[in-house]
Amino acid sequence: MIQEYTNDVWVVSEQHEGKLRPVSFELLGIGRKLSEKLGERLAAVLIGDKVSDLAKPLAAYGADKVYLLEDDQLRRYTPDGYTTALSELILDRKPSIVLFGATIIGREFAPRVAARVQTGLTADCTGLDIDDEGRLVQIRPAFGGKLMAMIVCPKRRPQMATVRPNVMKKSNPDWSREPKIERVEINLTPESTRTKILDVVKEVSPETIKVEEARIIVSGGRGLGSPENLKMIEDLAQVLGAAIGGSRAIVDAGWLPHHQQIGQTGKTVAPRLYVAIGISGAIQHLVGMQTSDIIIAINKDPEAPIFKVATYGIVGDLFQVVPAITESLRKAIAKRN
Amino acid sequence: MNIVVCVKQVPDVLELKIDPVTHTLIREGVPSILNPFDEFAVEEAVRIKEKHGGEVIVLTMGPQQAREALLKCLAMGADRAILLTDRAFAGADTWVTSYTLAQAIKRLNYDIIFCGKQAIDGDTAQVGPELAEHLGIPQIAGVKKVDVDPQNRKVIAHRETDEGYEIVESKIPVLLTAIKGLNEPRIPSIMGILTAKKKEMKTIAAPDLAEDTSVFGLKGSPTQVLKVFTPEPRTGGVVIQSADPNAAARQLVDFLASQRIISLEKEEGAQ
Repeated sequence: MIQEYTNDVWVVSEQHEGKLRPVSFELLGIGRKLSEKLGERLAAVLIGDKVSDLAKPLAAYGADKVYLLEDDQLRRYTPDGYTTALSELILDRKPSIVLFGATIIGREFAPRVAARVQTGLTADCTGLDIDDEGRLVQIRPAFGGKLMAMIVCPKRRPQMATVRPNVMKKSNPDWSREPKIERVEINLTPESTRTKILDVVKEVSPETIKVEEARIIVSGGRGLGSPENLKMIEDLAQVLGAAIGGSRAIVDAGWLPHHQQIGQTGKTVAPRLYVAIGISGAIQHLVGMQTSDIIIAINKDPEAPIFKVATYGIVGDLFQVVPAITESLRKAIAKRN
Repeated sequence: MNIVVCVKQVPDVLELKIDPVTHTLIREGVPSILNPFDEFAVEEAVRIKEKHGGEVIVLTMGPQQAREALLKCLAMGADRAILLTDRAFAGADTWVTSYTLAQAIKRLNYDIIFCGKQAIDGDTAQVGPELAEHLGIPQIAGVKKVDVDPQNRKVIAHRETDEGYEIVESKIPVLLTAIKGLNEPRIPSIMGILTAKKKEMKTIAAPDLAEDTSVFGLKGSPTQVLKVFTPEPRTGGVVIQSADPNAAARQLVDFLASQRIISLEKEEGAQ
């Protein structure tokens, strides 16, 4: 049975309102490496409505083939519609590996598919490789990043994983590659989608960078003193092209919405750069960000635990230091241009 | 409304330490707690029951010790508890955990299944959606507001998205996963704690659910852990104590440039 599942490495290319998620390109990068090791092709699966334009960038970033699953029922993500569309294709074409981005949608869509096609799924992988037996080896953090686990799926197929954004490298695009598109027939009726989206409420603009997929995050904590001082965080984030996060303290105080909370009961993030401003570094916060590449901490208390994990710390008055950093960055960038 | 809440007893991850010699997790002496996300689920289920009537059943799979977590749920207002406990259940991955829960839940009369969005030890957020699929019912994951309409047998929930939220309607039965912000879980009262001990707590073993118990636990898990290891412990780096914020800022900018965080080249366009 599992021997039949040797037909390509698949990456599910999540799009939202006609725009591909950044992690989709990262998945193509790692997918390319895995497919080359296996001697298989790399296919992207594109789900949505009128999204065929996105096949071109998927090919440029490494997809040998693009499965196009278009239907007006698939315009927005619904668990039923997406699961049915993808699961039927998996059972029909039998890929060896299917990768998803560990986004809000990927993290709830992938398990539904795994249960339907009766295979294993590993969440939030930060490392993927092929072992000597040709199996997908999946590495993921557990217990708030205190342990790493190496996981395989020996007896079921396909091997499925969600992959944490910002970890895998995307390839250099080759825009001369023409996409090979295969349109897949979808059999969905309005009844086959049991949840109905009544309304979509946008609290931030689509251009706002999300903490889950940000390369840089600037986060504020209690040390900011009052909500007006978030302006300082916003200014720095704007110069750096960063997403804005916060500690539990300021989210509970209502300065920032819950979806921007970093830490145990909020989001777990691992950006290239995490700037912690006025955050003491309670363990609840650290488990949500301590696997970031570079951590910069700015705090007036030299004993603050955040300095124990910071790559670069500045002990000082954040009300002076943060505007000075923003200003220095502005000058450096102005000079560059 | 009959509501089943799936909960998990987890080690208090914040208290976990790594043995410096063996590089393994030290579990001894680490307190076990009710998974924080599950508290939101239990609280919401009890509120729905208080408003619309019905019964709240809490369900967990775990060792005998997991009774403590169930007792807390009963003290918060759940009516009865079910503990799935058996050696054959041990070592289960998310797929088989959700499969096992589904086998037990299929025997119950339910309208709504509630789960916490994820457990703080594994952090996968997979059991809820996988359970919904095993049961063949719709799901709304990551809800921060729920309204139940018993007359029309439907729920309307606010589901968190990257940009805000969607208002989603589903027919009952449905599975919902709870996130922070859904409610403020109550602290059990003395009365609640006392009455909890008198409430029904039923135990279910593997043979009660299947003749062939190798479908459960480690044997029934599609994924296998090859090994666990500890990442390089993170240590503090450079710390500047500068009286001059401008000098500190300039040094930091140089550092960011050296790390290629800010670069002179424009990033290649993705699309």
